[in-house]
Amino acid sequence: MNVIRRIWQHVATGHRAQVGPRVANRPRATPALRNHHGNPRAAPGSNRGGTRRAAASPAGVILVLVALGLSWAANAQTRPVVIGSKTFTESYLLAEMMAQVLEDRGFEVRRQTGLGGTLVAFQALQSGEIDAYPEYTGTLAQAVFEVQGELDEAQLNARLAPLGAELLPRLGFNNTYAIAVTGETASRLGLERISDLAALPDLRFGFSHEFRDRADGGPGLQQRYGLPQTSSGIEHGLAYLALLQGDIDVTDAYSTDGDLLRYDLRVLEDDLEFFPAYLAAPLVRSDLDAGVKAALSALTGRLDDETMRALNAEVAVEERTFARVAGDFLLAQGLVTATGTRPPTLRDNLARNTLTHLKLTAIAVLAACVVGVGLALLVYRSPALSAGVLYVAGLLQTIPSIALLALMIPLAGVGQVPAIIALFLYSLLPIARNTITALITIDPLLRRVTQALGLSELEQLRHVYVPLALPHMLAGVRIAAVVSIGTATLAAFIGAGGLGEPIVTGLALNDTGLILQGAIPAALLALSAELMFEGLERWLVPRHLVARRVA
Amino acid sequence: MNGIIEFTGLTKSHGRTEVFRNLDLVISKGLTTGIVGESGCGKSTLLQLINGLQRPDRGAVHTFGRPVPERDLVAFRRRIGYAVQGTGLFPHMSVARNIALLGELEGWPGSRIRARTATLMDLMALDGELASRYPHELSGGQQQRVGICRAMFLQPDILLLDEPFSGVDPLTRADIHEQFLGLMGSEATTVVLVTHDMGEAGRLADEIVVIRDGAIVQQGPAERVRRSSDAYVARLFGARTGS
Repeated sequence: MNVIRRIWQHVATGHRAQVGPRVANRPRATPALRNHHGNPRAAPGSNRGGTRRAAASPAGVILVLVALGLSWAANAQTRPVVIGSKTFTESYLLAEMMAQVLEDRGFEVRRQTGLGGTLVAFQALQSGEIDAYPEYTGTLAQAVFEVQGELDEAQLNARLAPLGAELLPRLGFNNTYAIAVTGETASRLGLERISDLAALPDLRFGFSHEFRDRADGGPGLQQRYGLPQTSSGIEHGLAYLALLQGDIDVTDAYSTDGDLLRYDLRVLEDDLEFFPAYLAAPLVRSDLDAGVKAALSALTGRLDDETMRALNAEVAVEERTFARVAGDFLLAQGLVTATGTRPPTLRDNLARNTLTHLKLTAIAVLAACVVGVGLALLVYRSPALSAGVLYVAGLLQTIPSIALLALMIPLAGVGQVPAIIALFLYSLLPIARNTITALITIDPLLRRVTQALGLSELEQLRHVYVPLALPHMLAGVRIAAVVSIGTATLAAFIGAGGLGEPIVTGLALNDTGLILQGAIPAALLALSAELMFEGLERWLVPRHLVARRVA
Repeated sequence: MNGIIEFTGLTKSHGRTEVFRNLDLVISKGLTTGIVGESGCGKSTLLQLINGLQRPDRGAVHTFGRPVPERDLVAFRRRIGYAVQGTGLFPHMSVARNIALLGELEGWPGSRIRARTATLMDLMALDGELASRYPHELSGGQQQRVGICRAMFLQPDILLLDEPFSGVDPLTRADIHEQFLGLMGSEATTVVLVTHDMGEAGRLADEIVVIRDGAIVQQGPAERVRRSSDAYVARLFGARTGS
């Protein structure tokens, strides 16, 4: 259970491992200010799907079935370098830089950004869904290797090597906890280092709740530096505002947060090195082409804390796109020769995402039809077996969809295969339940007559039971399809692409326009599915039987 | 004895209720046998023992001179027509398809199916234009006649009728009786008719078996049973005239 909880947490909180539970807040500390229009990320080649992964995973027959369905999507000829990211501004931005540096050097690149958390991203790297993504030393130590203390880059690489991964030289900055005060406070009191705070017992500390509760957060910090102040708890999203309004004097922050710049906050130096290091660096597959690794190394040491903070602010505060901010920076640094990448048009994105979405749900629901109806036909004559099947399917249904997706990661990795399996499991219940219910509620007299007339079991099913159960079965498939279309938007968290992708990115950036780019087509798809099944029912079921069901 | 169906030492219970104890009964080939008794006397069970829908607890049931088969009942049952009260028509099939389903399953060519359907509908006085309707669009009496047509489609050696004429008004029932007798006139077969209506049995059956509390109280040619001095049998006839 522990493992599951861990995975779940990582999926749910993205960058979390870096700074513990609080980080859920991180990418959107002041959400309203982080709008970001027309995000151009050429994202996610969802096409590549999980086909490579399928054979190795243990989900047996189901998986084979799904993999078969996916095989048509496999495009193995040319293999672009796939760059991933997690779901917060800095990660998107760094991924974009990595991508553009490679593109400028003639490599074909595909972006699969917006992976829902550290373990998802790391798993994606290991399984080959992606080839590289930006990661942090402290995150690797805590989330992947679960060590208490710190690991330096050499130690990390020693542990990463057997896993087929490699951390390239650091980009330069350290995105760790920081202690921030206003510029005014800093100059008035002459504050530069955290240890300067010890002599000022009247300062009011406002720490975010999680930071306050963690031993390696506020309490440890105050102990290490001998800080006498008591702290009050405050929502991280409100802390900067409280600081500016003078309600508090000191708060915790992240060292590369663009808002530090926006509000002219001063970060006090961690002179006793209390906070662990979260040094950013490209994490790549060991077997990645040496030329690609070398190209990525062009970024080494190019980003210090201040630069990163400024770039984050450009996205978060000035609402510029990842691609522009990254491209302008790279050009200014002489790291690329031209800001090239033409962002894909809205229509490109829409078409690709919709197709991926349809593929995910169609394969899942079709497989669930085959298995669900098959199961129902096998068990419906035995009340005990029927109850058993419905119980198990019902149990699957009670798992929150995002958790089911997370559960799929250790079984089937990330990408489209686990997403399809999860959607498949979700679709089983409505289909199996409706089929079983329809079959067992068929008029006993009809059943008796059907047998007495001398219909074989197959003929009974084919000519009588299934046609009579059809309205209910179709209703079950319809529910499954509509629910799947909705649930599939969450599949973007595990790198499956689809219409969830703009939603995930939009959520990370609090960009309503981007969210709607996913949400509206998803809603339209669900509606079309409804209409399609209505038509199907009208076509397949005699009218009076439909009417009787509704009445 | 020319028994196409024979029950020997039949004992059958439903749960803790004993329906038959040690019952012996022979049903003659080529005749219509009416099995008469009050509701719950086990008449329907008796029919279902003949086509293997139910199995005896003890004793034996022989149909066509052999024990009712344990498996491969499909071919066996296609020699035995079955029509019931409430008809059990397939609601998702047209009248024609209801009637002809077994022919379809037997792989009959379309022309033969159409001819046979037309013949039966004609004999049971069903208008040809009803063929394309669904059962729920028919009157109760029409549905019952469709049920008879369906049961007779393959010209079965035995026709089992479980109160198939009840639940319609007396005039309609009289019509259906006429049509049924006409049908039997042209396609004679062995009929086992279960009914609580002694008058109906007297009208349609050659032989009558009166059952009470799971035992046979009277058995013989219809005329003789009708004249029986047995108080219970007399009461059954009385009940009919009263209804």
